[in-house]
Amino acid sequence: MITRFFDRHQRWLFPAPAVIFIVVMMIFPLGFTLWNSFSGWSLTAGRPNTFIGPQNYVDMMRDARFWNAVLNTFYFTALAMVIELALGVAMALLIDAKDYPGKRVVTSLLLLPMMATPVAVAMVWLLMFEPTAGVINFVFGQIGLPKQLWIAGSSSVIPSLVLVDVWEWTPLITLIVLAGLAGLPSEPFEAARVDGASYWQTLWRVTLPMLLPTISVAGLLRFIDCIKTFDIIYGMTGGGPGFSSETLNIYTYNQAFYYFNFGYASSLLVIFFTIVTGVSLLVAYSRRRLEV
Amino acid sequence: MKQLRKLLLLLLLLSLVAGCAAPVSAPAPSAGEAPAAGEMPYAGVTLRLVGANHPWQVAITPLLADFEAQTGIKVNFEALGEDQLNQKLTTEFTAGNSDIDVFMQRPLQEARVMQLNGWYEDLTNCVSDPDYDFADFADGAVGTTTVNGVLTGVPIVTEQEVLYYRKDLLEAAGLEVPKTLDELKAAAEILTDRDNEMYGFVARGQRSPLVTQFSSFLYSMGGDWFDENRQATINTPEALAAIDLYGTLLREYGPPGVLNMSWPQAVAIFAQGNAALYTDASSIYSNMLDPEKSAVADKTGVAVFPAGPAGSIMYNVTSWGLSMHSGSRNKEAACEFIKWATSKEIVSKTQGEGAVPGARESVWASPAGSAAFPADWVEAVAASANGRGYDRPLVIAVTQARDIIGGAVTVAIEGGDYVAAANDANAQFQALLDSEQ
Repeated sequence: MITRFFDRHQRWLFPAPAVIFIVVMMIFPLGFTLWNSFSGWSLTAGRPNTFIGPQNYVDMMRDARFWNAVLNTFYFTALAMVIELALGVAMALLIDAKDYPGKRVVTSLLLLPMMATPVAVAMVWLLMFEPTAGVINFVFGQIGLPKQLWIAGSSSVIPSLVLVDVWEWTPLITLIVLAGLAGLPSEPFEAARVDGASYWQTLWRVTLPMLLPTISVAGLLRFIDCIKTFDIIYGMTGGGPGFSSETLNIYTYNQAFYYFNFGYASSLLVIFFTIVTGVSLLVAYSRRRLEV
Repeated sequence: MKQLRKLLLLLLLLSLVAGCAAPVSAPAPSAGEAPAAGEMPYAGVTLRLVGANHPWQVAITPLLADFEAQTGIKVNFEALGEDQLNQKLTTEFTAGNSDIDVFMQRPLQEARVMQLNGWYEDLTNCVSDPDYDFADFADGAVGTTTVNGVLTGVPIVTEQEVLYYRKDLLEAAGLEVPKTLDELKAAAEILTDRDNEMYGFVARGQRSPLVTQFSSFLYSMGGDWFDENRQATINTPEALAAIDLYGTLLREYGPPGVLNMSWPQAVAIFAQGNAALYTDASSIYSNMLDPEKSAVADKTGVAVFPAGPAGSIMYNVTSWGLSMHSGSRNKEAACEFIKWATSKEIVSKTQGEGAVPGARESVWASPAGSAAFPADWVEAVAASANGRGYDRPLVIAVTQARDIIGGAVTVAIEGGDYVAAANDANAQFQALLDSEQ
């Protein structure tokens, strides 16, 4: 009896667990967040999650902290992406340039920063950045450079956080680009050599254009991670000094878990989600265009 | 075949029923064999207590075994960091169906929002037992934990803002212990020697944590958070003077990186001997006066908060209370526990031996009650008895208010346009006050 039931409904019974999982774990939370974003749900105001229309979005447009957070998010992401892509590609080209003993050791060493827990990384850098007792200012003092405030100064905090992100995630770009380099055909390079192209000409005209799809994938992955960066910022500054390093993610977290304005926090998340999806689609689209 | 299947099904059902019944029948014998029900009416009950990593938790934990032996109630104490505690309580209570019975709370920080959401069991009846003597608790402390007529918790820890100072440095410079804020500023200037990493003054500079320690500066300069008509007063001349003073002290005479300092970082600077004057809560004194934690333990003195134009007006607050969850399934047992943990006997132990300043006047009056504390600390605390009962604005959205006000103070610490920042903060704070009307 049961066997016959299974036989007849195989088509939807087998994918059912996966479908249920996706609905429960992804679609439901997204839908619930969207619903909440139109509600005034707030524990501090004692409001339940009843529909209030687009009020949260209207408030957001007038919220100076929201705009400050948007600015900080893009500042952090842009700075980190530019440095990581440039350094990552350069490192990959250097590593790939020649065969030498220990090449594989170098590639394995690159993995180390990425394997560290971000919160642990944040704690270590927090100690190193400490203006009075930290090792970085100590070294600066020894070699005669002026001591810096690092994450304790409102203008230096985001570049300092970017430094940590660059330290941890540049190797990811390097590894992806290395894999891309290994997959390139050798004929175009031979042809370039026969035609008498210099190293730089080969790099600009042959290697980089052929690597572009790989770089754009690496860039997209980093973009999504960078814009969502939470652990190192929260662990090191919590958005401070003042609000100088408060990104959208940190602001949303504050609204939800410190101010308990769940409705407003949800609307921030919806905007955040739209930004990430929008940029990702844009990159995917331009990639398709480039490949043609 | 069909018969066999039916039999199997029956067996399956039977085993299911047996499986359900087993735990139900299990507690029955233990209930039956409790002849001493009169003495231990709650024997066998397990209480879930959620609290903070705090000296009170350290002091009470070894005593829990006595309570368990006396009552037969088992107490599970889960201790978390302060912020994690707040988030854990809020998430569990919001999700509903939480089995938390008793919890530690910071009345000034969370009592209003938790009361608004109906998460407190009113303890008024619980503490009415004359033997327990609730009248022994200081009025101000009880006032702090009473919100809209509901007794949200029993006060367990009190604190005041005091001035910690380096006796040796003041003496070497020929200075008296600062009695006014002007003297404090002058002393901080004289004692600052940046080249040798010696800073005249240190205090919290982090946006939200600084607000409570800034409060005594604000009050002593004659300011407050808002007036009796709920009009924000963050940009009055008095408040601006306080913001300027706090900012100047930390900018000119404070250590670099002060904007990222809450009390652990500020204490570290002081305990390493890099700062001369430090204003913070009385409750953290052991970090500076305990030779195991501090390099300057024998050189550190404690004094009452310096006076401003309005006098010496420090905060004197109940920083922690013990509360019961309204959804607790063991309310009587939870009440027994709260009464035991805050009884005269236990408070004299947690305060007298554990050095956790409590709120029972009889314990403070007995010599044993202050034996665990340094003499100048006891004097400074006693002199703060008439301080204000709040160290942050009494609003529901406290965290948000702290961020708004603290943001303006950090601008002053960085040397920015603090008047504009204070005006801006005042407008935002007013909007918050209006939304809570």
